Amino acid sequence: MSADLAKQFLAQGVQMFLVLLIAPLAVGVVRRVKARLMRRQGAPLLQGYRDLAKLLRKESVLAENASWLFRAAPCLIFALTWVAAALVPSFASGLMFNWAADVVALVALLGAARALLALAGMDVGTGFGGIGSSREMMIATLAEPAMMLIVLTLAIAAGTTRLAGVADFFIAEPLAVRVSLALSLVALIIVALAENARIPVDNPVTHLELTMVHEAMILEYSGRHLALVEAASYLKLVLYLSLLICLFAPFGMAPATAGIGGWIVGLLAWTAKLLTGAALLGVWEVSIAKMRVFRLPDFLGIAFIFGFLAILLAFLTRGAVQ
Amino acid sequence: MFVQGGALGALAVVAALAAVSGRRFLLAVVYPVTALAAIALGVVDLAIWLGGGGFAAVLPIGLPTIGLHLRLDQLSAFFGVVINGGVLAASLYGMGLDRAKELTPRVEPLFPLFAAAMNLVLIADDAYAFLFSWELMSLTSWAMVVAHHTNAENRRAGHLYLVMAAIGTTALLFAFGGLAGPAGGYAFDTIRTQAPTPLIAALVLATALVGCGSKGGLIPLHAWLPLAHPAAPSHVSALMSGVMTKVAIYGFVRIAFDLLGPPAWWWSLPPIVLGAITAVLGLLYAVFDRDLKRVLAYSTVENVGVIFVALGLALAFRANGQPAAAAVAMAAALLHILNHSWFKSLLFLGAGAVLHVTGRRDLEGMGGLIHRMPRTAVFFLVGALSISALPPLNGFVSEWLLFQSVIAAPALPQSALNFAAPAIGAMLALAAALAAACFVRVYGVAFLGRPRSVEAARAHEVPLVQQIAMGGLALLCILGGLLGALLTGALAPVLKGLVGSELPNAGTGPTPFSLIAFDASRSNYDAVVIALFVAIASVAALLVVHRLSARRTRRGPAWDCGFPDPSPAIQYSASSFSQPLRRVYGAVVFSARETVVMPPPGDLQPARFSVALIDYIWTTLYIAPWRALLRLSERLNALQFLTIRRYLVLMFAALVILLSIAAVTI
Repeated sequence: MSADLAKQFLAQGVQMFLVLLIAPLAVGVVRRVKARLMRRQGAPLLQGYRDLAKLLRKESVLAENASWLFRAAPCLIFALTWVAAALVPSFASGLMFNWAADVVALVALLGAARALLALAGMDVGTGFGGIGSSREMMIATLAEPAMMLIVLTLAIAAGTTRLAGVADFFIAEPLAVRVSLALSLVALIIVALAENARIPVDNPVTHLELTMVHEAMILEYSGRHLALVEAASYLKLVLYLSLLICLFAPFGMAPATAGIGGWIVGLLAWTAKLLTGAALLGVWEVSIAKMRVFRLPDFLGIAFIFGFLAILLAFLTRGAVQ
Repeated sequence: MFVQGGALGALAVVAALAAVSGRRFLLAVVYPVTALAAIALGVVDLAIWLGGGGFAAVLPIGLPTIGLHLRLDQLSAFFGVVINGGVLAASLYGMGLDRAKELTPRVEPLFPLFAAAMNLVLIADDAYAFLFSWELMSLTSWAMVVAHHTNAENRRAGHLYLVMAAIGTTALLFAFGGLAGPAGGYAFDTIRTQAPTPLIAALVLATALVGCGSKGGLIPLHAWLPLAHPAAPSHVSALMSGVMTKVAIYGFVRIAFDLLGPPAWWWSLPPIVLGAITAVLGLLYAVFDRDLKRVLAYSTVENVGVIFVALGLALAFRANGQPAAAAVAMAAALLHILNHSWFKSLLFLGAGAVLHVTGRRDLEGMGGLIHRMPRTAVFFLVGALSISALPPLNGFVSEWLLFQSVIAAPALPQSALNFAAPAIGAMLALAAALAAACFVRVYGVAFLGRPRSVEAARAHEVPLVQQIAMGGLALLCILGGLLGALLTGALAPVLKGLVGSELPNAGTGPTPFSLIAFDASRSNYDAVVIALFVAIASVAALLVVHRLSARRTRRGPAWDCGFPDPSPAIQYSASSFSQPLRRVYGAVVFSARETVVMPPPGDLQPARFSVALIDYIWTTLYIAPWRALLRLSERLNALQFLTIRRYLVLMFAALVILLSIAAVTI
């Protein structure tokens, strides 16, 4: 029992630092793939690490009327996102503290990080901060219900809201193709694009553009504060990729009972899947244009409708079984 | 019992003295005495809620054949804790009011009476006592709504409130009439022994929903609430929104779960459907409104909707013999009642503080208050994040339980509920996301940014005792979030009484703070571990960043993409913040239209931008019947100017019709 516990503790610790370590690489892969597809040389794969190191070295310039909330928010946003990312099973499902937060709580943790970021965007009182915050919250009102519907669908299918339990369920019967799960997959991908401020919802490399959302909120940040916010957004990308992998492509993931050998397999499989996912995101971003802000409701509405159909099907099929 | 009676008596005596004498020193003791009485009542309620017991008494006053039945059971005691906590905070806040400016002798005698009336509703054990104290509660609060009667808007709010309260009480009168049956057993004990027929049960349920729903603000009976709650002085608004709506919910719980007997499954549909609509629409109203207190009032409407959804789910599970799921839904409802009373009172007191120092309620004139009211800003932030259901604060605990009970809904056999439950889940999720948007907007516009008016720039912190009132509530919000599992565990006796089961497997989690909905392997939420993790992660991040980074910080002008503008008008305002939401939701629900009037070049007129929203509920359900009534009465007015012969003919015709009816029916 204690060996088991030690193993889970180790898995949790490894996971916690693994997501942090791999996050800049994943972003590097996305950028690199995009650059190559546009026939550019592109920045090296490790540019994300260098960016963070550079930002940490720079001094932080705060606006004159920035309040304590503006200074405290990056740290809290980073911590909330990090904890959330550490709770999504990546290479092994037997994480020690996984029980503390189920999927509903995970969505809410990300919601808390988002609310803090939106507040920080309004703190200095600039036009761009407000535009970013208001659009981010509008997108959230579309994406969060869709996400919650997906979560509830999966919870109904697996009979649990614990992520480890859901992951174990999908490891145990990966071949059961269900309509409701397929709908959830599409919906979750759309939500993930929106939450990570990717094209077509938002453009992560834009500046000085009236269409920016995420970048507008963090416009006033610099130096170490910006480093933390950026790191949080990298982590969020890893989190959503991990979530997609854990729910829809869990093969290779070490179940709760696996030994070190299972871990290594799981680790390799997860890293490969994560980087593949990042590369696919790069391909996707190159092949589609950014949407107007007010066309987003249509795009995210698809996620919401799919999520709703998924949960309706889950309800009805489950009702029929019983 | 003696404490209870003594405290209620003290409230009445203070009210009477304050009303009669109007002396300054007597007015000054109103709030301290109310606070003490609330503590005494709250302690008694807490002891009975947790320890069991209770008391019952029959006093020989009231209606001749009935007497006055009083009873304090665990359900009443739980609601008593909710109410007296709010009363205590509001009285503390009241002690800090500026006597020269805000203390009107119209409010002070009524405040303790209002508190006493709400407590009386809870311990009433017969229909007469219930309705009497219910009306007392309505009237005292109405009188405080129109305390500043010189303002025409307040008078209008008071008028609408009075009309809606009258409709609500009339509906409750019918509800109790149906419950009492033809024999007229108005004591609750008698009512419990007789099971109504399905038709009577349906009528009682409908009238109870109208009676309690209109008091609680269930859409479409909500129209008075966003006008009346903000019109009252802020600490009274806190009581009305945070606490009086809970008394309304108590009325519904008492009737639907206790007096009406074993439920049928379809009882659950009206509260679920109306509650879900209320939850979403309430927030859509809130997110477009620019008056700080009205936004809070609309958010109360939303929360009442959420509570009704939970109550409806509990009814459905209970009717289908699933006590564990019913306990989860009921725990969500009760916990949300407690949580909402804390954060809504906190937010209204915060709004009162802002109103007091800036003299403004409109969000467009605020901004930057975090610099000038640092403590109030912290407390308000806690309230805003709690009400947005963000972990690890208390709003999320009840939200989490509610989602768990939605997940359990596929096990219900009725296909109507199976179709409704996913829609409910979607609407609740939408409401949660809208709440976050709404309160980011409120906090961002009011407290962050730069001041948009001279008053906001000159704001200052409020007196210490008011800070204590808000700080205490903020602390409760945080503790309620972290210790949500213990709080839910404490609900066990109340749950047993209402749905016949407590939360299954409570307390079997890995730590004592684990909140478990059904069993530990199925769903678990541990706020303390999460909070600890976040704390460790942020401290670690801080340490690492400070070790690696330059640690240099410089203050400079805002960057704003190179175009900073010194005018605070450049900031996003409350209406511009909600513009994206208006385009997405407002266009559908309120037919929102934006018009820009641009003068031709060379014209010195300013350009104008205006937004038109149509409140369809108000126009169809309030204005249209009102107009129809006016038209009808104008027509009937002619009847008052007839000749005597025609009156005699009318009377004769009436007599003939009545006699023929009697002849047919008998």
